[in-house]
Amino acid sequence: MGEHHGPMKGIKRWLYATNHKDIGAMYLWFSFIMFLTGGALAMVIRAELMYPGLQLVDPNFFNQMTTTHGLIMVFGAVMPGFVGLANYMVPLMIGAPDMALPRLNNWSFWILPFAFSLLIFSIIQSFLGIADAPNFGWTFYAPLSTKYGPASTDFFIFSVHMMGISSIMGAVNVIVTIFNLRAPGMTLMKMPLFVWTWLITAFLLIAVMPVLAGAVTMMLTDRHFGTSFFDAAGGGDPVLFQHVFWFFGHPEVYIMILPAFGIVSAIIPTFARKPLFGYASMVYATASIAFLSFVVWAHHMFTVGLPLAGNLFYMYMTMLIAVPTGVKVFNWVATMWRGSMSFEVPMLFAIAFVILFTIGGFSGLMLAITPVDQQYHDTYFVVAHFHYVLVSGAVFSIIAGVYYWLPKWTGRMYNIGLAKLHFWCSLIFVNLLFFPMHFVGLAGMPRRYSDYSLQFADFNWWISIGGFGFGLSQLILLWILIDVCFRKKGEAVSDQVWDGADGLEWTLPSPAPYHSFSTPPVVK
Amino acid sequence: MTEQHTAQQANSKLVKKLLLIVVGMFVFAVGVLPPMYDAICDITGLNGKTSNEAADTSNAVVDEERSVTIQFLANTDPAMVWDFKPNTFSMKVHPGEIHKVDFHVRNPTSRFIVGQAIPSVAPAQATPYFKKTECFCFNSQELKGGSEMDMPLIFYVDPELPKNVRTITLSYQLYDITESTDKAPSLAAN
Repeated sequence: MGEHHGPMKGIKRWLYATNHKDIGAMYLWFSFIMFLTGGALAMVIRAELMYPGLQLVDPNFFNQMTTTHGLIMVFGAVMPGFVGLANYMVPLMIGAPDMALPRLNNWSFWILPFAFSLLIFSIIQSFLGIADAPNFGWTFYAPLSTKYGPASTDFFIFSVHMMGISSIMGAVNVIVTIFNLRAPGMTLMKMPLFVWTWLITAFLLIAVMPVLAGAVTMMLTDRHFGTSFFDAAGGGDPVLFQHVFWFFGHPEVYIMILPAFGIVSAIIPTFARKPLFGYASMVYATASIAFLSFVVWAHHMFTVGLPLAGNLFYMYMTMLIAVPTGVKVFNWVATMWRGSMSFEVPMLFAIAFVILFTIGGFSGLMLAITPVDQQYHDTYFVVAHFHYVLVSGAVFSIIAGVYYWLPKWTGRMYNIGLAKLHFWCSLIFVNLLFFPMHFVGLAGMPRRYSDYSLQFADFNWWISIGGFGFGLSQLILLWILIDVCFRKKGEAVSDQVWDGADGLEWTLPSPAPYHSFSTPPVVK
Repeated sequence: MTEQHTAQQANSKLVKKLLLIVVGMFVFAVGVLPPMYDAICDITGLNGKTSNEAADTSNAVVDEERSVTIQFLANTDPAMVWDFKPNTFSMKVHPGEIHKVDFHVRNPTSRFIVGQAIPSVAPAQATPYFKKTECFCFNSQELKGGSEMDMPLIFYVDPELPKNVRTITLSYQLYDITESTDKAPSLAAN
């Protein structure tokens, strides 16, 4: 065990990486590249929908865009983004030298580029007109994805298998690190909330990623090996697919938002210069959201013909989630209340998160009402809802986290003027993009269609403008990151970076040394 | 070194426990959920899954006060080449009355084909009350190339049928199962 060696030179540093910061950085860059890729596909969608009628692409290609946009954003951008932050920050926050299982860590990252190569390969084929990419929506309902799926569905299945293995290994690593490598004195209830939310997220991951793997495995055997899990011909049932998928899918949406709660709970106290209000209630709220996420899955299926008792049960359980979520929102607001607030870039994104995520939460509450959902189901209202919680929720929180910890990672302050420009452009365009979707959705515009009735035309033009604006705004972030990471621009920062910041990560020098805590700090 | 050794032991112990959860959840998704779902559908009659066993007719009481419209649908899987249609498309019945209807199939090819019909009842609420005493869907059906036949269905509606159900639709989807049956000799004889 050499104590004082630095990173390896050249490409080997990255290929053989076992250092949590190197792997975290790779995860984050991977996530950002996927974010831009998935965003480019969304631009195709918005370009086609800017005007009624078919202008640019045919409906089949349009469906491939919606499908792959969703898959890449969920599995390629948001999840690896959070895993990257966990890799980088969890050891720093709990006073550990590294992740507990560094080689596993290397493997779980390096599976991802291969998983996404499979998926992106079929998208490239589709762009070249050789073969269809997956075209059945990111939820890949049977029989669209089994009997009627294009040949590339098999690439998709193996791609999901690999992503699943990667996520499970990442989650195992996070749990082992948090349980076994905490600094002396850091009891569970002293852990920063980001660590808590990630611990719970990791348990959700190891509980439901195998279910997703099971779903795609059953698809695979239905497609090629003569089983009929989802095929009525052999006594199977396509509705079973929806149950299995959403048994994974609903905890999955909390996998994509719980770490966001942790990030925001780190940022708001820093810039409100007050400790987090209701720490313990935050922990319990996170745990109860995670628990409830396992008993609400059929609220995605209110229109498949569940019995009345089922619809009622899932409706009430879903509405119950608003209680712990409300606890969190009130705690953030109470943290800011009478705080000595300042509005640095991470704080701007965090406040935007609280407001916009809450809007997404409210539309979710509307969708939870069974009879109302029967009207809203599969309309743009649903699209508006989950983009508010995922884009102005999860993605904003990742961006906030990056702006918050980037000076600690690089030792330099990024260009604050550009970052504020990035914030205001993102904020305005994200609302222009997603807010009118509520209106067209309530008016009856269905999702996943390449065309629409004329009465939706004006709103869709504005939505597309918002989409292009939001997409282009993210190039500002790319520029900021290149500037500070590769061109080494920006003023050197102190160890503390933000005067109100609290936590072990701020006791380390900036940039954080290659090996984090070789002697564990003592937490009082 | 011993300290590091115990730390590694603690890590691998925890990893093993976590992997056990992973394996358990995979088995749950593939091995437990589908049969559990089938069992629940069987018990509750959800999703129109009707019983595959002949119903008992001994204690049926005819309710002359009510009549229910029964509609028959016959569809074929895209891979199934038989012509398949009900001889009666719709009929009014009193709950408790026993009726017989025929479905006509014709094999337009010159091949020997085995078919299997899968029934489904809508609305799902009515499923447990639609009783089949004899049905061609209980067994697979065989047709030589060019031949045709009438396939019988004998059924009654349970008088306990909820009052709000006035129409029941019975749908059959016919599948080609020639390859998965061991009727290969007769296939060769053809």
